[in-house]
Amino acid sequence: MITLLIYPKKYHVIVVGAGHAGTEAALASARIGCSTLLLTSNLDTIAQMSCNPAIGGQSKGQIAREIDALGGEMGLNTDKTGIQFRMLNTKNGPAVRAPRAQCDKKAYQLRMKLIVESQYLLDVKQAMIEELVIETGKVRGVITSIGMRYDADAIIITTGTFLRGLIHIGESKIEAGRSAEPASIGMSVNLKKLGFELGRLKTGTPPRLNRRSIDFSKMDIQIGDKKPSYFSFRTTPMFHVEQLPCYITYTTEKTKTIITKNLHRSPLYSGNIQGIGPRYCPSIEDKIVKFAEKERHQIFLEPEGRLTDEFYLNGASSSLPEDIQLDVVHSIIGLENAEIMRPAYAIEYDYSLPHQLHATLETKLIEGLYFAGQLNGTSGYEEAGAQGIVAGINAALKIKSKKQIKFTRADSYIGVLIDDLITKSTEEPYRMFTSRAEYRLQLRQDNADLRLTKIGREVGLVNDTQWNLFSKRKQLIAEETARLLHLREDSLTYSELLRRPEVSYQSLPKANLSLPIDVQEQVEIQIKYAGYISRDLEQIQRFTQLEEKQIPSWIDYEKIPSLRFESRQKLIRYRPDSIGQASRISGVTPSDVTLLLIWLKKAETNQDL
Amino acid sequence: MEDTIAAISTPIGEGGIAIIRISGARALAIADTMFVSTKGLPSAYRSHTIHFGRVINESRQPLDEVLLTVLRHPYTYTTEDTVEINCHGGRQIARTVLAECLQRGARLAEPGEFTKRAFLNGRIDLTQAEAVMDVISAKTDRAHMAAEQALEGSLSRKVEKLRQQLLSILAHVEAHIDFPEEDISPAISGELEIELTSIIASLEQLLSTSKEGKILREGISVAIVGRPNVGKSSLMNALLGTERSIVTATPGTTRDTIEESANIRGIPVKFIDTAGIRKARGKAEEIGINKSHNAFIESDLCIHVLDISRLFSKTDFNLLKRFDKKNVIRVLNKYDLPHKLILPTNIQHIDALKISTMTGYGIEVLKDRIEKISLNNSPVSFDFEVLINERHSEALQRAIKELKPALAYIQKNASIEVISQKIRIGFSIIGEIVGKTTTEDLMEKIFSKFCIGK
Repeated sequence: MITLLIYPKKYHVIVVGAGHAGTEAALASARIGCSTLLLTSNLDTIAQMSCNPAIGGQSKGQIAREIDALGGEMGLNTDKTGIQFRMLNTKNGPAVRAPRAQCDKKAYQLRMKLIVESQYLLDVKQAMIEELVIETGKVRGVITSIGMRYDADAIIITTGTFLRGLIHIGESKIEAGRSAEPASIGMSVNLKKLGFELGRLKTGTPPRLNRRSIDFSKMDIQIGDKKPSYFSFRTTPMFHVEQLPCYITYTTEKTKTIITKNLHRSPLYSGNIQGIGPRYCPSIEDKIVKFAEKERHQIFLEPEGRLTDEFYLNGASSSLPEDIQLDVVHSIIGLENAEIMRPAYAIEYDYSLPHQLHATLETKLIEGLYFAGQLNGTSGYEEAGAQGIVAGINAALKIKSKKQIKFTRADSYIGVLIDDLITKSTEEPYRMFTSRAEYRLQLRQDNADLRLTKIGREVGLVNDTQWNLFSKRKQLIAEETARLLHLREDSLTYSELLRRPEVSYQSLPKANLSLPIDVQEQVEIQIKYAGYISRDLEQIQRFTQLEEKQIPSWIDYEKIPSLRFESRQKLIRYRPDSIGQASRISGVTPSDVTLLLIWLKKAETNQDL
Repeated sequence: MEDTIAAISTPIGEGGIAIIRISGARALAIADTMFVSTKGLPSAYRSHTIHFGRVINESRQPLDEVLLTVLRHPYTYTTEDTVEINCHGGRQIARTVLAECLQRGARLAEPGEFTKRAFLNGRIDLTQAEAVMDVISAKTDRAHMAAEQALEGSLSRKVEKLRQQLLSILAHVEAHIDFPEEDISPAISGELEIELTSIIASLEQLLSTSKEGKILREGISVAIVGRPNVGKSSLMNALLGTERSIVTATPGTTRDTIEESANIRGIPVKFIDTAGIRKARGKAEEIGINKSHNAFIESDLCIHVLDISRLFSKTDFNLLKRFDKKNVIRVLNKYDLPHKLILPTNIQHIDALKISTMTGYGIEVLKDRIEKISLNNSPVSFDFEVLINERHSEALQRAIKELKPALAYIQKNASIEVISQKIRIGFSIIGEIVGKTTTEDLMEKIFSKFCIGK
């Protein structure tokens, strides 16, 4: 190491990486009142949408709403830069409805850049981090590639796919964190040296095409909802947005032939890619091979923004060489003459096995060090943002010597996400699905604020404006629900009436139509679902008891007699924080959990003596 | 602190009384729903008092006359509210009462769980902790072994098959919910209804044919066979304690099979009195004799009655040959009369019981033998068979309890996520039986069945 410069200003919190996780983390930390430094290797790609230009969708929309309810930025940023809004699954019930928005990719990025730049207590700088400074098991600071050291009491790493990133396009390989940006090699080596277990994952992105070369007349058009559903509970529909359409087209028999013939040139099939890719987001070659009987595959064309002609070819991610990509694109209906502006690519990257984290996202290995985002093996902007805000909140709470917060499977998708990561780890890029949530009927996008805004307020992230809006809404909902409980129509109360499938709130003779629509909806949903979720509530109560039983960090599993071998190994590897977590680790049997409980009780009694 | 648990606390086997213990916050509430007495509800009784009354089922039929003890928190073994029900001895009664507790919301206690709670609630001192852990690990290891054995069998295959069927349904429903932008058609409610109905029917059938379930519900069937006029009907009456079959001195009186149930040592036993087997002398008798053959082929156990006062005949010989592989108890009836019967030397008859239906001699010994054989039929030791199977059938019952409302929701046109919620819970309960997890299997199924990839 050459002469090390030490930056004169010491920060409370440093965030390394300014993607969807990093920006939420830095904003949360600064808004709670910690002096924060956000470091990125490129100031021009803050909150870059490296893959599809959209936020939300099933289960991700719920997460984005949760981030917003906590006082995060993702929802507002989406509302302000969205170019098409749709509520998905409206044919099914409210618990599985989810908002989705196409965003203007550049606008999304620029607005977020301005937000972090103008945030009080937050500094934003361009630097590539090579090394962490650790002293006596605690994090102290970071060192940049050009030898500057920044000090802080907590560090949040959100480096996405940049750790030893390797892009594949056909036979060619490029070391990069994403297209045209350098990978981070030093950080990966450093983490390994510090004792972190790293794995390797793969993901991919499709080609971008020029609008002028696309024949939309052969495709189905998909337009946004007449009345957009916004992501933020704080957005008031005061501005009119002209929405842009998306298009749906299909692959053909010819697509199949081209891919089958050239499979040997795909690094996925030639064995050049070792990282594990997501099953829910297969490349076009994977789809053709695994679902050979399927005649055609759906392909979506999504605009990347208002001020660009680039179109994102959703459903056609690939790692085939560029000449074959061109043939494949030309075989798709309406794309016979399409021009590729950027080719598709696959990317391999290092990730940190997430069971090495506490539910607070602090690492078990090094105090004050937090990991968030794709680094933890997840995929998706929303999953990243969720971890970012949690890490940001907790780093700030730690600085303020307050109790850090843990989200649970019963209170949010954020809780489901983190719990899955730390108790199951992951071997493929982890994406949220509503079917992962036991209490799906509870964890709805429409009540994210009712579930989480109070927490956001308590930690100091929800500002007065958001809190007042929320309190007002909550009060109106409570009052109206109480009114319907006592108001009668013949022998039935209004709430009993509303429970009938064919009755809607607005159809009630004495409905209060002057209430805001979202309040009317919430009252209706709560009453209609009440019968279905009573059992869930019981379960949640039991679940919570196990979560609250903490396992002290000094526990020595070798000393607990009678534990089964496999359970002992798993417990040593995962080091769960609570009995609830322990019970969800696969391979740990209920009787082993019982043994653990008894042993803990015994140890506790011993200490009392 | 946690949920309410229940178990039979007296050893398995015959006893004057059996005790069912319920412990937990809802113990008294559960007792209230299943105990009737002139003195009101258990929740109103003073602690450490004992009361006479009846245990009733959900249709308010009395199951047994019992003594119920109310023990209130914290002065109980577990320190939780505890109710102990002393019912009449015998496996079946105790089990019916336990089943009733489970039906009303208690959970079957794990091995050693009362003691575990006593410890966790600070009731037992420290030195006993190690002992408790050893008990739990030993019991679960043994139980684990038994479970593995039991699961290798046909039960596991059947459960797994049903689980797969359910997984298929669920994968379709969940794929439709989770990937609204893919072209996955919604599950057609008519088809869903048919598939779910058939799965529930299979689960119910499984429940009724599982060995423990069968012994509990139907008991075992015992065919009484023998050539005419050896005293089969008299034997049945002696076992039943009533005059049910027509008893005459004319051979061939019982022309049809007659079924009667009795409680032998706590096990419900269905006795099948068959027509005497001989060459038929009329159409009606022929039908009767055919039925006899079927009866003893299908029965769990045969009592082959020989007449000790008559000579050995060819029919006796044929019958003896047939029982080579059957569970059979041979009885030599009319022991009070002069003995003329000489069994052929190549036939083992050491085990033959000597009885007299006229004097009642040997009838109790015969009952002991019936009990012993029916219990020994279990592939593993009886203790585990009970443990494992009770767990299985409890899980099956819980699964059915979730799936039935799912079916009702489908019929009511409820929204798909509400239906799915019930199916998911049912599915994961069935998974408990075979030790499989829900989420990963579901994901695997969805991605192998549907091409997802926007």
